[in-house]
Amino acid sequence: MTDLTLTPVQTRQSHIGKAVLRWSLYILLGVFALFYLMPLFVMVTTSLKSLEEIRTGDLVALPREVTFEAWRTAWSSACTGIQCEGVRPFFWNSVLIAIPAVTLSTLLGAMNGYVIAQWRFRGANLIFSLMLFGCFIPFQVVLLPMARLLGMMGIAGTIPGLIFVHVIYGLGFTTLFFRNYYVSIPAELTKAAKVDGAGFFRIFWSIFLPLSLPIIVVTVIWQFTQIWNDFLFGVSFSQAGTQPVTVALNNIVNSTTGVKEYNVDMAAAIIAALPTLLVYVVAGKYFIRGLTAGSVKG
Amino acid sequence: MSPILEISNLYKNYGSTEILKDINVSINAGDFLVLVGPSGCGKSTLLNCIAGLEPITSGTLNIGGQDMTNVSPKDRDIAMVFQSYALYPTMSVAKNITFGMKVRGVDPATQERKLQQVAQQLQIEPLLKRRPGQLSGGQRQRVAMGRALVRDPKLFLFDEPLSNLDAKLRVEMRTEIKSLHQNLGASMVYVTHDQIEAMTLATKIVVMKGGVIQQVGSPAEIYNRPANLFVADFMGSPAMNLIPAKTRSNGDGTHIEIARRDGSQIVLKDRRNRDLPEDVIIGVRPEDIADPARASSSAGQEADCLIDVIEPAGADTYAVMQLGGKHVTARLHAETTATPGATQRLSFDLGKVSYFAPDTGLRLN
Repeated sequence: MTDLTLTPVQTRQSHIGKAVLRWSLYILLGVFALFYLMPLFVMVTTSLKSLEEIRTGDLVALPREVTFEAWRTAWSSACTGIQCEGVRPFFWNSVLIAIPAVTLSTLLGAMNGYVIAQWRFRGANLIFSLMLFGCFIPFQVVLLPMARLLGMMGIAGTIPGLIFVHVIYGLGFTTLFFRNYYVSIPAELTKAAKVDGAGFFRIFWSIFLPLSLPIIVVTVIWQFTQIWNDFLFGVSFSQAGTQPVTVALNNIVNSTTGVKEYNVDMAAAIIAALPTLLVYVVAGKYFIRGLTAGSVKG
Repeated sequence: MSPILEISNLYKNYGSTEILKDINVSINAGDFLVLVGPSGCGKSTLLNCIAGLEPITSGTLNIGGQDMTNVSPKDRDIAMVFQSYALYPTMSVAKNITFGMKVRGVDPATQERKLQQVAQQLQIEPLLKRRPGQLSGGQRQRVAMGRALVRDPKLFLFDEPLSNLDAKLRVEMRTEIKSLHQNLGASMVYVTHDQIEAMTLATKIVVMKGGVIQQVGSPAEIYNRPANLFVADFMGSPAMNLIPAKTRSNGDGTHIEIARRDGSQIVLKDRRNRDLPEDVIIGVRPEDIADPARASSSAGQEADCLIDVIEPAGADTYAVMQLGGKHVTARLHAETTATPGATQRLSFDLGKVSYFAPDTGLRLN
């Protein structure tokens, strides 16, 4: 209605108004992006400076002289308490925890989701609601009972113990993801496969799992991020030698005596964060590919 | 010869709700059984029970002379085509068709031979390497049929296989299924809500409503001698005219009096002596009310009727009038002179008339 009454002058003004609005939006977004990138910038530049330069220089300045000494120290010789081997052994602990825990929780979640969505049984919805409820229980609540359980199972303080904790705690989310994905798949598909003679596991492996690439990627990203970044379970259920990299990072930062080696701290922090970044970059690509695979490939 | 499918006293409950009540059906080898009824009548549930995808509450189910009541679907020697086709989305067409054989451990050479045979039969050879997502509705339908055909089962089950296709393709595929049935001589059970599909395909029709079988019979029996008002109304398009009337019997036949809108009566005579109550509902197919010139049999009795609406349908023209307080459709010549609002002389053929009891709805003759 207002369009009809606009004169050409008003129209031109509204065009200019739109452009101004658009550019202010871009500028605002740019400022936000810079704001969020600032800490990363500081971390990277600091990790590449020498201690001498950090002391004398500006926090946001680029390094005058690039040195990887801090990275080398952080990786292999920084002290975490009495041990001085850098984050390397702990990094591998984290890998040993994260890979089996992500794989197992994803697989079990897929299986749970498949059963709940496609093999409706009495009480399926109740079980699903209970699992969903499990997603919202804070970590702290389960610490003591879990410690006792791990003790009773004889895997307290071990890497399998940590894997177990992460698998159990992750099941709620992974089941939720897969159940919601599988619930949209027509039940006739399962029926057709049953008539074709396929059983429970055959249908899962041959029909449902190949369909699940996009949701597997989503689940893996989610679970890997959760498990790799976990600190509370890591610090509660580990002992010397089985601590994950997050705990080691804390120890490096907190247990230095004398001069604070900011460059080493920063390098260690980046090392600890790299794998999650990598998972996003690599799996994110497969995520898009997974979504479009059916429609393009011959 | 023992029947290929025999269902006795089948009941199916979900909790306390009865879905299927006392179903008794049997068909011989080579029969094409169509289960037809409005949505929610239990026809698809019955098919799932035959397939073994739904357990039955009580009763027995034999396929090929063997008791299959508690046998799992894969051991029933059946193949099924679904409404949504239910093709495996990540597998190629060829893999879709051979999946069942692969699961059952058929050797690869036989798989390949059967695949080629079926692909040729259904003319889907160029599609074998594609995925279901790249096929049109009609092509998917063919692949789904191929998956069933390759099994060469005792019994084919079809669950509304044509309802996702557009009207033209549906008619084509209907003919194709019919010719497939004729060529294979296979036994088939087919679920549909479309009574025309039921009439054209079936050798035997089961009309269902509310989980209860209303009538079992050949298409001609169902069409000409519907067992009750529901079947009479459900089968046939346009539907059978169901007109409240009064009957009077004397020595030379039955007089039927139908009220016109203005209060006057049409009196028709059924030459046969019938033992009928005074109040009945008579069922007359639209084609049995025609122009006098077109009426084929000499049994036609002429009467003047006031036409309300004219509906040209190409080959025929339908005239709608009001008799006995109901809309009545007559099937007239395409070039009929009837005009809305005018009186037209029509010929009533009572050769195939049905009589129903107004209270129970059951057939009286």
